[in-house]
Amino acid sequence: MSRRFTPKIVTANRLREGDVVYLTADDRWSAFHNEAELIEDEAHAQLRLLHAAAQKLLVVGPYLADAKPGANGPEPTHFREEFRTRGPSNYNHGKQADLAS
Amino acid sequence: MYSYSDFDEAFVRTRVAQFTNQVERRLDGSLTEDEFRPLRLMNGLYLQLHAYMLRIAIPYGSLNPGQMRQLAHIADTWDKGYGHFTTRQNIQFNWPKLPDVPAILGALADVEMHAIQTSGNCVRNVTADHFAGAAADEIADPRPYAELLRQWSMDHPEFQFLPRKFKIAITGSPNDRAVTRAHDIGLRMVRNAAGEPGFEVIVGGGLGRTPMVGMTVRDFLPEADLLPYVEAVLSVYNTLGRRDNKYKARIKITLHETGKDEITRMVEAEFARLRPLFGGNDQKLLADIREAFAPPAFRDAPIDAYDAFYSADPVFRAWADTNLTRHRNDQYAIVTVSLKAHGKTPGDATSAQMRLLADLAERYGHSDLRISHEQNVILPHVHKSDLPTLHAALVQAGLGTANVGLLSDIIACPGMDYCALATARSIPVAQELASHFEALKLEHEIGPLKIKISGCINACGHHHVGHIGILGLDRAGVENYQITLGGDGTEDAVIGEKTGPGFAYDEIVPAIERILRAYLGLRLEPSETFLQAFKRVGMDPFKAALYETEGAQHAA
Repeated sequence: MSRRFTPKIVTANRLREGDVVYLTADDRWSAFHNEAELIEDEAHAQLRLLHAAAQKLLVVGPYLADAKPGANGPEPTHFREEFRTRGPSNYNHGKQADLAS
Repeated sequence: MYSYSDFDEAFVRTRVAQFTNQVERRLDGSLTEDEFRPLRLMNGLYLQLHAYMLRIAIPYGSLNPGQMRQLAHIADTWDKGYGHFTTRQNIQFNWPKLPDVPAILGALADVEMHAIQTSGNCVRNVTADHFAGAAADEIADPRPYAELLRQWSMDHPEFQFLPRKFKIAITGSPNDRAVTRAHDIGLRMVRNAAGEPGFEVIVGGGLGRTPMVGMTVRDFLPEADLLPYVEAVLSVYNTLGRRDNKYKARIKITLHETGKDEITRMVEAEFARLRPLFGGNDQKLLADIREAFAPPAFRDAPIDAYDAFYSADPVFRAWADTNLTRHRNDQYAIVTVSLKAHGKTPGDATSAQMRLLADLAERYGHSDLRISHEQNVILPHVHKSDLPTLHAALVQAGLGTANVGLLSDIIACPGMDYCALATARSIPVAQELASHFEALKLEHEIGPLKIKISGCINACGHHHVGHIGILGLDRAGVENYQITLGGDGTEDAVIGEKTGPGFAYDEIVPAIERILRAYLGLRLEPSETFLQAFKRVGMDPFKAALYETEGAQHAA
């Protein structure tokens, strides 16, 4: 019996800035989790991860993270990934500040 | 304070040039991330959750004002205007951009600083008692030995690829403020029967996933034997230490797998071989280094102003009672500047605060600054007559918090707000605990208490040796906090005991309050500290307070 595949997104950090980014269906790296491509198929996930890993001049450390569909696009399921969409909780730094304007 | 020799200067500059070139090659694609990663880690550059992080070594926690100002300059120019002082007496910048890092390292080299060996499987920054050279209880200043160890371990060809990282801590006092028993090698200064100073050598201590108090392998090591003996320990570890399993690679595991007697035998044999090879140059070097740490020219002046302020000003008195420590010169005091303002991030200082501390050190502190493993800043030599003015300046800059050694003087690792390894947040737990008990106005009544929080099992927040330790874990996708009680990081080091099941993020502050209310109820008198009370009554009353109340609430 095969386990059901949990939907995934591809995420990484930008090489130069270190910012958290997400791979979109049209091959961009977006700062927004909800713009990520939600991958429902395991084989496709591996292909997208390979595609991400090949972009050595853009990103570092791409990996697949669990996600779920939401009203405005994919949402994180784990608190770690939720924190990565925002930034730290002790200061208004990172995405929560940079993307607010 | 020690100044770089031509050799140090050339070595650090060469490394900056090398790393500058490596960054260029990474950015143009000549180096892959797999190739670059070990190179950046050798230079203290990590990639964390939201950004890069640069960890800068502060050898044995000592800084001069020029260095502190340069850290402020780096914070303003290439980061977000602040820095985070760590439990390893280092400073971390949380937001550097990769193309800027070579310039940051250049700016550090300008003030004789660097980020070398702050990561990787090598000898890390040697830590020391933050009251070194000032403490009344000191046998000798540990910094010359720490500097000797720094020079010896820096780029040591035999020890760049150890089985795992290696941490050495040293204290010159019988009262251990450097947690020497929780380091790979701990050196604690003692005197032998003839009254000569030497070291108790403790090996195999460490926190992390397998917390252990170190074992004493030598009760008394003559100070002249320090370097060959430490080299012998490293050498035996380098041969025996496991490289097949990261979790069994630290020397504490080697010690337990091989046995203390056998390790000691091997170390002594290696020491006998190495000792004659040290022809005395190490001792010449030590003598030169010692000159650099000569005590400052202490002022001889009346201290009436201090006494008058102490009697007249309750705010000053409260601060003096908690934040001052006895200096070996009676006219002086050791000032601990708290980086733990209630509700703020433990260990963080803004660039403005760093500049003020540099100015105050220059004006009132013989130009000496220290970073403690408890994430505070120390002015080790302040004449008592200057304390009222100093205190007023600190208060204006948000640095006058009178809480050293109390509940809100919490150690917290960066946790999942920054760290890629973390399993839960620690900073907001520290912030809420401090704010909560400040609102209750309970912390002075509770008295001396060390709370230490780690956001993962690696225990950077030293939770095992906290009187109350808090460990943040990921339990089925939810933050969960495990409590340990009775830990102690002093010369009587003890690993704390787990209370039982952990608590959710929003339950952890009330849980700590239940423990402390139980303590207030059962202590024999106000002078019985939490740790003393715990040693007397054991775990049961605290367990009852933690879990039975909870059960009753659930039943209701």
